[in-house]
Amino acid sequence: MGYKIKKGILYFLLILLAVTCLLPFLLMVVNSTRSGAEISTSFTFIPSHFLKENWEIMTGYFNLFVGMRNSVLVSVPATLLGAYFSALTAYALAMYKFHGNKVIFGAILVFMMIPGQLSLIGFYQLCTKLHLVNSYIPLILPAVASPGTVFFLRQYILSSLPPSLVEAARIDGAPEIYSFHKIVLPIISPAMATMGIMGFIGNWNSYPLPMIILNKNEKFTLPVMMATLRASLDMVRNQGATYLAVTISVIPILLVFCTFSKYIISSISAGAVKE
Amino acid sequence: MKKGKKLTAYNNWGYVFAAPFVIVFLIFSVYPVLRTLYLSFTDLKVMGDAHLVGFANYQRVFTDKFFWKALGNTVRIWGVNIVLQLGLAFLLMVVFSDIKYKMAGLPVFRVLYYLPNLIAATSVAFLFSTLLDWRYGTFNIMISQIYKLFGARYNPVDWLGSVSTAGNTIAVIQSWMWFGNSFIMLMAGVQGISRDYFEAAAIDGAGRWTIFGRITLPLLRPIMLYVAITSLIGGLQMFDLPYLMSNPASASYGSIQTVMMYLYKFGFTAGTIQTGYASAIAYALFLIILSASLIQLKIFNRKE
Repeated sequence: MGYKIKKGILYFLLILLAVTCLLPFLLMVVNSTRSGAEISTSFTFIPSHFLKENWEIMTGYFNLFVGMRNSVLVSVPATLLGAYFSALTAYALAMYKFHGNKVIFGAILVFMMIPGQLSLIGFYQLCTKLHLVNSYIPLILPAVASPGTVFFLRQYILSSLPPSLVEAARIDGAPEIYSFHKIVLPIISPAMATMGIMGFIGNWNSYPLPMIILNKNEKFTLPVMMATLRASLDMVRNQGATYLAVTISVIPILLVFCTFSKYIISSISAGAVKE
Repeated sequence: MKKGKKLTAYNNWGYVFAAPFVIVFLIFSVYPVLRTLYLSFTDLKVMGDAHLVGFANYQRVFTDKFFWKALGNTVRIWGVNIVLQLGLAFLLMVVFSDIKYKMAGLPVFRVLYYLPNLIAATSVAFLFSTLLDWRYGTFNIMISQIYKLFGARYNPVDWLGSVSTAGNTIAVIQSWMWFGNSFIMLMAGVQGISRDYFEAAAIDGAGRWTIFGRITLPLLRPIMLYVAITSLIGGLQMFDLPYLMSNPASASYGSIQTVMMYLYKFGFTAGTIQTGYASAIAYALFLIILSASLIQLKIFNRKE
């Protein structure tokens, strides 16, 4: 009796917390169908019919889809480069004995600990010198060297790739890079997918760095574009359009999450357990 | 002998495969960090030549009362945030790992709690600054309608604009974004504990709180340390939310300007750029983060 009631209370609290997580998004979606004047005077969960007007106001201010396209142009190559080269480096560190192997691994550990702000100023200066301001290269190319991903994949290779597989291929005369592509990559692809999805989300949401590197409106990624919006609008007139903009900006990442939530959760879990 | 030679030849592929990483790493990670270090000892402003000035910038940082104010703000916001975030994650972990109630639905709850963490900080900041607008925002209107139901009158609070609430508001939003992440990590730790321990303890007749205190907690310590240190490193670098949700013209700005915002002012805001000084702020913050992490590590290890 007491057991069932207590359990019921626990479920109620858990659901309440879940509602707290969703409420802002729910309000966002509902408000994007209401007019600014409606939102400014009353609150409701019932959608109104101003979606079209809000859309027109929003598109008059900026084109979110250019931001989305730019974000894709940055995030997709960065994610693919990051996944491929991290796997290659992790394989080198896990499978070959060569001078410098330990030094590279040590540097990876150190740089996983170093906070990003230490490189920010030097990074910007480097980009200025190399004339890479307003280019996507400084947002994409550094993904080739992702210490965290290399660390994770190295541990994964050590625990799940039997060296005998690669040795057997050597006896058959297979070139090393061929073994990497045909034997190693398929085996570690679940781990690469996990890291790749997290990398994609990180790149997609990345904020201070793109803001520093990009200063032309037509180059802005989605988060930078959203940041320019703040506090610049007439609340009563534009509130509905504002919510619509946020709603649209959130949709792509929600789609990614719906498809890959299993991988995402497992990668956070793995991040904790690896320590 | 021949075989040994061949093996060395194979091992040389290690250089080839690691080369792209090493080159990009040296250029885009190592060089910028060292360059910032060098600049922190110079008087570089926006352009022109950099002259070495010794420790002058560091002396200035550690005597700059705005830096300390910003550090205080960061620690205060982070403190409220971390208590809420880890407290909530911890409670959830206790609920879901309880062997008496055996709560179902973990996969669903986990996903829902994690959801806010996915959204770009810029979208979250913009969503909440609109919801929390004191005159026209949905949040205050919602509260005032609830008040009205009870016949009371609500005096709208300027959540982000007033000194007394701005910091805590940001801390709460930050916790809302991150508690699911901490919860998943703690839960992963619990699920990593071998079932045998629990069963053996249950056979010995240990109660569920004894099991929790004697088995779950001690075995979770490494993960709790990891969560605490990563959130400290992230927390002291707090930037996105306070930067995007504050307005230099509002009264609350001085109470929510974080160290990273202060650094940003000297590093990247046109008109106030002092690159050398900004670099010194970056390294001063790094030293503070490093010592705080070491202290945390010490405290955790002493308990053992």
